[in-house]
Amino acid sequence: MSSAIRVAGVTKRFGATQALAGIDLDVAKGEFFGLLGPNGAGKTTLISTLAGLARPDSGKLEVMGHDVQTDAMAARRNLGMVPQELVFDPFFSVRETLRIQSGYYGLRRNDAWIDELLANLDLAEKADANMRSLSGGMKRRVLVAQALVHKPPVIVLDEPTAGVDVELRQALWRFIRRLNTEGHTIVLTTHYLEEAEALCGRIAMMKAGRIVALDTTANLLQLFSSEATSLEAAFVRVMRQAEAGAPK
Amino acid sequence: MSGFPTLLQREVMRFWKVAFQTLAAPVLTAVLYLLIFSHVLADHVRVYDSVPYVAFLVPGLVMMSLLQNAFANSSSSLIQAKVTGSVVFMLLPPISYVEFWAAFVLAATLRGLMVGMGVFLATLAFTGAAVAAPLWILVFGLLAGALLGTLGIIGGLWADKFDQLAGFQNFIIMPLTFLSGVFYSIHSLPPFWREVSHWNPFFYMIDGFRHGFLGVSDISPWFSLAVVGLCFALLAALTLELLRRGYKLRM
Ligand SMILES: Nc1ncnc2c1ncn2[C@@H]1O[C@H](COP(=O)(O)OP(=O)(O)OP(=O)(O)O)[C@@H](O)[C@H]1O
Ligand SMILES: [Mg+2]
Repeated sequence: MSSAIRVAGVTKRFGATQALAGIDLDVAKGEFFGLLGPNGAGKTTLISTLAGLARPDSGKLEVMGHDVQTDAMAARRNLGMVPQELVFDPFFSVRETLRIQSGYYGLRRNDAWIDELLANLDLAEKADANMRSLSGGMKRRVLVAQALVHKPPVIVLDEPTAGVDVELRQALWRFIRRLNTEGHTIVLTTHYLEEAEALCGRIAMMKAGRIVALDTTANLLQLFSSEATSLEAAFVRVMRQAEAGAPK
Repeated sequence: MSGFPTLLQREVMRFWKVAFQTLAAPVLTAVLYLLIFSHVLADHVRVYDSVPYVAFLVPGLVMMSLLQNAFANSSSSLIQAKVTGSVVFMLLPPISYVEFWAAFVLAATLRGLMVGMGVFLATLAFTGAAVAAPLWILVFGLLAGALLGTLGIIGGLWADKFDQLAGFQNFIIMPLTFLSGVFYSIHSLPPFWREVSHWNPFFYMIDGFRHGFLGVSDISPWFSLAVVGLCFALLAALTLELLRRGYKLRM
């Protein structure tokens, strides 16, 4: 088993919407992987099925070799997820939130790592502030800290930089990069394509529940080198082709 | 190590942090009931020949407060987590559905017992303490808290919005509680309504609980224990199945 994430034939329908129309994907251990696509492409749905928050209609998903459905406890232990929605528990302070999240993974004495997370995400000053009193960007950073509290081998970030200021975005990426160098597998969705271009070794582009391009970032750039010099131009090009060749 | 102790701790911390609202307020409400009903009804309601009305009323009020607060705890915690989206923090970690159920039910039972104890202590100011069989009090208190905590999980899972949960509380929990003999003995009811009361599981909780205080009851406490125990087992099985399926939790 060398795959950190394995997705095979996954479909998911919400009423009339085919959110996932047959996804096959392998992410190797240690990769920094980008999941791109327009609004509604199915990125969040795919991540939700991986995290056990949604059940696929068909297909299989694995995290570090553990089936998400039949070996759910082990799969969840190996995954850390930053949700796209800015959710928080209004009853608790930042530190309480992190201690509780840590305890959910059975880690009851985790303050050293919690302090490191707080420092790296520039939250130390707000450690004892109630979650309600934080700004949007700060809440987002707490979400990142919550996802990392159990040092999961696989980290999935669903638009972690939306609403985060420039300086902190860079600090966040430095930190995530460091985790990647230390061996954590990273999967990232973002609408900031320069970010994906700078960070990701490999990229999947999704549209209407399908993967329409999957290659190394370098190849994707090269593929369109005649007309595209940035990932953004390549993205637009892939999406246009997908539109023209779409089965429905 | 399991995430269960932390989930339980979280559930207890949640109501403890707003104790004024979750513990003090319901105690005050029950005391108001006691003042008003004992004043208005003392001379009009005869229950057991040997028991003054106030002494009859106290265990009923204690149990009613226990029931309502156990239900309120698990149901409102769950609906808050669902509505704010913070429920994902409990769904992502490796916490099994049995642990999830147990943590919510234990916290709900604890809050129910704390409020019930508060009501009892407050009523001591108005009437003497009568505790005939403390073990029955404990058994029915624990079972009732666990049963209503479980029912609260069902309500919290089923409801998508706060007003739906309020409907569940107002149309199911409240009538079952008020019609279970909190304020009267069902022996004083016409035969038809007495028969109907026997189909209300809440009646057995209150009757058995009251037996612990007064040493007398409408029904044998053993029979009440069997009924309440069976209801709890059925509801627990249903709730565990809903949680296992991820009903309204996992899409
Ligand atoms: N709970 C749900 N109920 C109904 N439809 C849903 C639900 N969740 C997602 N969908 C639909 O599934 C499709 C995929 O949504 P998804 O959130 O996965 O997109 P996304 O790629 O994450 O988009 P974005 O970039 O806007 O976050 C959309 O058409 C969306 O409306
Ligand atoms: Mg999304």
